[in-house]
Amino acid sequence: MTRSVIIIGSGPAGLTAALYSARANLRPLLIEGLEAGGQLMLTTLVENWPGHRDGIMGPDLMAEMRAQAERFGAEMIQGNVEAVDLTGPPFTVRTATASYESRAVIIATGASARLLGLPSERALIGHGVSTCATCDGFFFRGKPIAVIGGGDSAMEEANFLTKFASHVTVVHRRDTLRASKIMQDKAFANPKISFEWNSEVEDVRDAGRGAVTSLELRNSVTGARKSLDVEGVFVAIGHTPNTGLFKGQLEMDANGYLKTHSGSRTNIPGVFACGDVQDHIYRQAITAAGSGCMAAIDAERYLDGIPQEADEEERGASERGTSVPRH
Amino acid sequence: MASEKVQTLTDTNFEQSVIKAAQPVVVDFWAEWCGPCRRLAPTIDELATDYDGRVVIGKLNVDENPATQSRFSIMGIPTVLIFKGGEIVEQIVGLADKTALKKLIDKHV
Repeated sequence: MTRSVIIIGSGPAGLTAALYSARANLRPLLIEGLEAGGQLMLTTLVENWPGHRDGIMGPDLMAEMRAQAERFGAEMIQGNVEAVDLTGPPFTVRTATASYESRAVIIATGASARLLGLPSERALIGHGVSTCATCDGFFFRGKPIAVIGGGDSAMEEANFLTKFASHVTVVHRRDTLRASKIMQDKAFANPKISFEWNSEVEDVRDAGRGAVTSLELRNSVTGARKSLDVEGVFVAIGHTPNTGLFKGQLEMDANGYLKTHSGSRTNIPGVFACGDVQDHIYRQAITAAGSGCMAAIDAERYLDGIPQEADEEERGASERGTSVPRH
Repeated sequence: MASEKVQTLTDTNFEQSVIKAAQPVVVDFWAEWCGPCRRLAPTIDELATDYDGRVVIGKLNVDENPATQSRFSIMGIPTVLIFKGGEIVEQIVGLADKTALKKLIDKHV
């Protein structure tokens, strides 16, 4: 059986694509993926999702989105896509246990937390090194810890972790934060948070003992080295797009993000991408959801046989006169 | 919710049920508040059915069993440890899919 559309991924982009394509009677099949629900499943209070003035917990928001898409007939399967063949249509998507065919594919595989890439860091994952504050903060009650990074996720993790840790040191390789103003202010006002600026992590000790005892830091301006005694390290230095499945099939930029044009189109007609897998600039729940909606509409029009040129002509009028920074 | 084939492990029964077990034992360290742990739960249930009679599949709540958590220095969950003859033979930190877990278990059956 060849379906109309398969959606890969179940974060805000994938679930919004599922909602819109279900309401367009496309009976979408959504394959959730290993990290079902996406990055918001690892957050606590989301305060910038419009319509929830007091905020909403990330996992609750995702449960709502999922239920809403299901209500309109989106079919969800748990499972991880292991291979795709985009030489169709029909396109083929394979999990460990089954193979599915469709005339259109919407890719919403998102991005996953990036690590520093030190051997000692890898050796100590689960023994003091973590990428998930909400999962592992509990184990660091009363202990000094470090958060690596200077973006919104780093600030959120640092603030959250002060509930457990005796002290949180934010280690950042620049002298200013990239985080939004409101997140910065929260961190600066928190008496349990201090900062190590211009600092690069050279090593996480002590892999030999199987526990984190300190970070070896190098100041990128002065070259001075110092040791920071901590018992836990939370790495929040950004994300890498989950595009391994599409290598050699879809166009990507130098960092592995899928390239899209004219809305959500990839270089293969019938294959669309939305959310963080194709966005290294905005990376918000709301922009991911918005692009998921675009992908569903683009897929619907593609399946209806509306040529892309007609689409672009229509869109051109509204795009002209706006300037969106791309890099 | 959990499959009845999944054994509930505790600080009290760990020695008998895991360390002294004749069969390989898969232990899922988890907690109620851990989102990824909840996502791993159905996989653990399925493994318990798939390996019924050959491998013991158990879950240990780290909130309720701090002694075992600290004995194995579990500082991140979900963590899955595979024991054979009382020794740790495999360790997987974070979410893993069923295929990956089966591959590791099959090495020791």
